Amino acid sequence: MTKPRVATAWLSGCSGCHMSFLDIDEGLFELADKIDLVYSPIADVKDFPQNVDVTLVEGAVTNSENEELAHTIRKNSRIVIAFGDCASTGNVSAMRNRFTVDEIERRAYIELTDRNPKVPNAYEIIATLMKKALPLHEVIPVDLFLHGCPPSAEEIWLAVTELLAGRTPVLPSAYLRFG
Amino acid sequence: MPNITLTLDGEQYSADANDTILTIAREHGVNIPTLCHLDGLSPIGACRLCLVEIEGSPKLQPACTTVPAEGMVIHTNTEKLQRYRRMIVEMMISEGNHHCAVCVVNSSCELQDLASEVGLTHVRFPYLFPGKSLDASHKSYAIDRNRCVLCNRCVRVCHEVEGAHVWDIAGRGLGCTIISGMNQPWGESEACTSCGKCVRVCPTGALIERGVGVSEMHKGEDFLKYIVTARNKKEWVAKGE
Repeated sequence: MTKPRVATAWLSGCSGCHMSFLDIDEGLFELADKIDLVYSPIADVKDFPQNVDVTLVEGAVTNSENEELAHTIRKNSRIVIAFGDCASTGNVSAMRNRFTVDEIERRAYIELTDRNPKVPNAYEIIATLMKKALPLHEVIPVDLFLHGCPPSAEEIWLAVTELLAGRTPVLPSAYLRFG
Repeated sequence: MPNITLTLDGEQYSADANDTILTIAREHGVNIPTLCHLDGLSPIGACRLCLVEIEGSPKLQPACTTVPAEGMVIHTNTEKLQRYRRMIVEMMISEGNHHCAVCVVNSSCELQDLASEVGLTHVRFPYLFPGKSLDASHKSYAIDRNRCVLCNRCVRVCHEVEGAHVWDIAGRGLGCTIISGMNQPWGESEACTSCGKCVRVCPTGALIERGVGVSEMHKGEDFLKYIVTARNKKEWVAKGE
């Protein structure tokens, strides 16, 4: 029997959700036997692959690269999980939304720098910021939401093991909690 | 006191004819979610979370302000009510800038609790990300309007319990906002006694103590019960008065 193909993606977040994933400790060994990790910030894979069973997506969608990857993920994955508060609500990544992109870039690259103040504009190689940072479900349909900043290792473990057992995870209300 | 009989979620109860549906439900261990309601403040039915269905009435009624009539048959937790409650919490979240993870009351917030209680997986409405203001002009406290859900508790506690009436709500619709004094910075309001009651009763991280960090603040609005009970029993009246 082939193993389920699992991916994790890192959009605009702090990687804290991935850190929490690593916090499942010895569960990682069990998981490594049961799944094929086909794409992840901790795996050296360049392009998002085809035929993925489950993808956990950390982070809000804030730039053109995030947006493109989100659509590829949806197209190539059977189940997409919004992994943590930035993916589920926008969270800290969305705190910039009351400012314009111009204001944000001026603040970051001109006001707060002491040398070579210049807004980068090599848009053929760098991503452009979207007008607003968005939760994942405002960009693509999402099948399951893991709350928390970050979600606890127990919550991640419960969701992943339930999915691997072929069940839809029913998270207790204690886990359905933003923040 | 005259008594009435009513049916609550299929069970018959006898109740004081002057009590609200919410009071009766809580007396009998029937949980109805609330947000603007706080024991000790006058009920205003503002948040609509405690809406219940009454057989024979086409409209949903807020449990906190409705006094039942004899023989009423009331449902407190139907599928329709659950759907509405979830929707109300979704609107409260999408109309503000809550960012729970970086809030001083993270993990002891009534809005967070409610989202969990009504089983909110995500907010289906587009987040509005409104540009709301923060006022830290008071020496001890601050108001972050990004996290205000307009429950009106601060307005009521300041007017009804402290007697200072610093707070009001100005504007309409999405433009509604809590203002201090004559719409001036809180620190310049001469009516404010700096008692902090508004901060204690605020269900979210909108009214806060200055100098507290993320997840560090626990409000505990229980103090209100002691004040109101003591006042009702006239425990603070000097002898001979």
